[in-house]
Amino acid sequence: MSSIIQVKDVVFRYEGEEEPVLNKTTLEIEQGAFVVILGHNGSGKSTLAKHLNGILTPDEGSIFVDGMDTRDYEKLLDIRRTVGMVFQNPDNQMVASVVEDDVAFAPENLGLPPDEIRARVDEALKLVDMYEYRLHAPHLLSGGQKQRVAIAGVIAMRPRCIVLDEPTAMLDPAGRHEVIGTIKRLCRMNGITIVLITHHMNEAIDADRVFVMSNGKVVSEGTPKEVFSNVESLKAEGLTVPDTAELLYELKLAGFEFPAGTLTVEECARAISSALK
Amino acid sequence: MLKDITLGQYFPGNSFIHRLDPRTKLMCTIVYIAALFVAKSYVTYGILLLMLCLSVAVSRIKPSALLKGLKPLALIIVFTAILNLFYIKGGKELVSFWVLSITTEGIKTALFMVFRIMMLITGTFLLTYTTTPMALTDGLEIILNPLKKIHVPVHEFAMMMSIALRFIPTLIEEADKITNAQKARGADFETGKLTERAKALLPLLVPLFVSAFRRADELAIAMESRCYHGGEGRTRMKKLSMKASDFITIFASLVFLTGIIVLVQFGF
Amino acid sequence: MPIIKTEALTHVYSKGSPFESVALENINIEIAQGEFVGLIGHTGSGKSTFVQHLNGLLLPTNGRVLMDGADINSSKKLRHEIRFKVGLVFQYPEYQLFEETVYKDISFGPRNMKLSKQEIDERVREAAGFVGVPESLFEKSPLEISGGQKRRVAIAGVIAMRPDVLILDEPTAGLDPEGCESILNNISDYRRATGATIILVSHSMEDIAKISERLIVFDGGHIVMDDSPMEVFSQADRLRSIGLDVPVVTDIATRLRELSIYVPECCYTVSQLRDAILSLKKGGSSC
Repeated sequence: MSSIIQVKDVVFRYEGEEEPVLNKTTLEIEQGAFVVILGHNGSGKSTLAKHLNGILTPDEGSIFVDGMDTRDYEKLLDIRRTVGMVFQNPDNQMVASVVEDDVAFAPENLGLPPDEIRARVDEALKLVDMYEYRLHAPHLLSGGQKQRVAIAGVIAMRPRCIVLDEPTAMLDPAGRHEVIGTIKRLCRMNGITIVLITHHMNEAIDADRVFVMSNGKVVSEGTPKEVFSNVESLKAEGLTVPDTAELLYELKLAGFEFPAGTLTVEECARAISSALK
Repeated sequence: MLKDITLGQYFPGNSFIHRLDPRTKLMCTIVYIAALFVAKSYVTYGILLLMLCLSVAVSRIKPSALLKGLKPLALIIVFTAILNLFYIKGGKELVSFWVLSITTEGIKTALFMVFRIMMLITGTFLLTYTTTPMALTDGLEIILNPLKKIHVPVHEFAMMMSIALRFIPTLIEEADKITNAQKARGADFETGKLTERAKALLPLLVPLFVSAFRRADELAIAMESRCYHGGEGRTRMKKLSMKASDFITIFASLVFLTGIIVLVQFGF
Repeated sequence: MPIIKTEALTHVYSKGSPFESVALENINIEIAQGEFVGLIGHTGSGKSTFVQHLNGLLLPTNGRVLMDGADINSSKKLRHEIRFKVGLVFQYPEYQLFEETVYKDISFGPRNMKLSKQEIDERVREAAGFVGVPESLFEKSPLEISGGQKRRVAIAGVIAMRPDVLILDEPTAGLDPEGCESILNNISDYRRATGATIILVSHSMEDIAKISERLIVFDGGHIVMDDSPMEVFSQADRLRSIGLDVPVVTDIATRLRELSIYVPECCYTVSQLRDAILSLKKGGSSC
């Protein structure tokens, strides 16, 4: 597999601040993967997200999206249609008062012909299961529905990668399931690379790769099983681990022995059962 | 109370009026408003009222929804009515005390003023209720397009307007939430002298402004992320196109306006 | 006598209009002084409408809300005073901050109570202490502090009224795990120090499981369960059927029982399940 995003030694400071928010951040994201970036508030993960489609550009180091340098102003539109972005607050990313008009916004900006836009809008809304709501007003939808419309608005650009910056932070559990289910499907069925930034540990369990950020650096990376087996270092970063990993960790402290890498409820229950027998 | 504001709301539908081109509806609304200001008698007002009711019926918008839109403006309407009632002198004097008196002419003018304001508002509401803000601003953008030649930022203006309309419900909801949160801390928005009450609004207005700026910031980034780069090279999914029904409607409305003017000329 | 009692409380939004909707129907509940109650239910279940009745922000369509035995809506004076006795922290409370300084913002509630300057000062410092807002922030603008600190300042603004009942609507929403945990600890500490009654509204079953002693579950404007967390979480299927989660630990425990590891049904936090498994290993069984 080839990588779609390469972040190399990126340093970034906000204007007027001394401490860099990103301090030699390096990571690579593979085409088609489901990647989760974890980190506490202020770890630099949202700032990193804004670098991935050229909203911000690095002071030092470089970012390449599908081979394009994000500092190349000429390529900006191509970069943004390659890497779509979904933000935390669904209300603040909708421009239109009707769902389908909102989804049409990006393809309209790309200057596509009307028929093509129509086709893409319908396709995008069907992919997130919101087609029947196409004529609704966004402010009357639930949080999970709004966020799915926001995702459709990005899919309509036919991006190869979608970056989601804490898309579930403002949603209730039902909305969270809807959104996470949708993005997993887009990754597995449609081959779209997903970069999910979150601090809900449970959302990271099915990821292909997890990056943990702290103080503007990637401090650990690996499969979820590898990352979550390191309970102590995650806690030191102000994060927790999923309750399954936490339970096994505490039992280990009390003298139990488990095989490495158990994360789902099923695996966890089986591991305990065989340790007791 | 704030939830009563229905400005800029769109009621989805598929009636004849919903399907008209927004430019047609804009022009008809302008013609209708012109006619309202020309009208001077029971007959002409009656015809206009009939026309309005007919349009509402065709649009299948519930009359109660339109009347609800009038509620926040009730104070202004009542104020206008009272002012005209006492200020306009003429005809027979009916009641009189101290310096105030009510005359038949006063009643007539007050009645006309109230009807004019109410019909003006209801008419424009009919426009916004049956037209999506997007279509409305698109229509406006095309109508104003010639102004681009003299460097008027028509696209930016239209985009701002459609975003403003989109955010009205969001901000109203937010204002409601903040009001409740401050009330929970004992804020009093309802009693006290006028100056005190104005000051009491600060706990509502400051957070509302802060939040509006934050939203604007986030929206700008979200729009850029979706490849927005001004009006240049931008296409539209729903191309506006004038159909035969549009031309007929505009023609009919012009005939209608002429008819009203002629009636007024002949003293009706 | 319960500190809060509702009698046949019913609330209908937009009554008489085409948008009429029943948000609460015939709610009868008693909450005792010092209780720690968790309120759960999916969005639109009526729980937010319910808590806004407890401090008089909403008027019942039918029924009564009693505080210390008195109907809070029986007079204008009581309706105003109830706001100070029942402190309500809304969701994302940081969006309500408006004063020039943190100190002034926390003092907004006490100033509305018309307290003396000295009393106000005392309360602001005390409230800030409870939620961990250092005095070095007092003269800063609430706009220039971090998101987590803003949340604390906003909660302090309600605590400064020294309410007998403190209601918090999703106080940890959007915070990272460390921030969540420290806010929940602050709330527990506050209750221990003052003996206040706490009502916590949350979507996070893990949070609720950790700290409440009684759970009230809302669905469709009704109370469908009102019991100890142990009893409520043992009905996982029922919770799921009304759109709610159960703690992951409950899932693990259920699966273990299916695998013939008989951990007791009362386990819903990591430490409880750990202890249960440890005692099974030793050959005992306890809860």
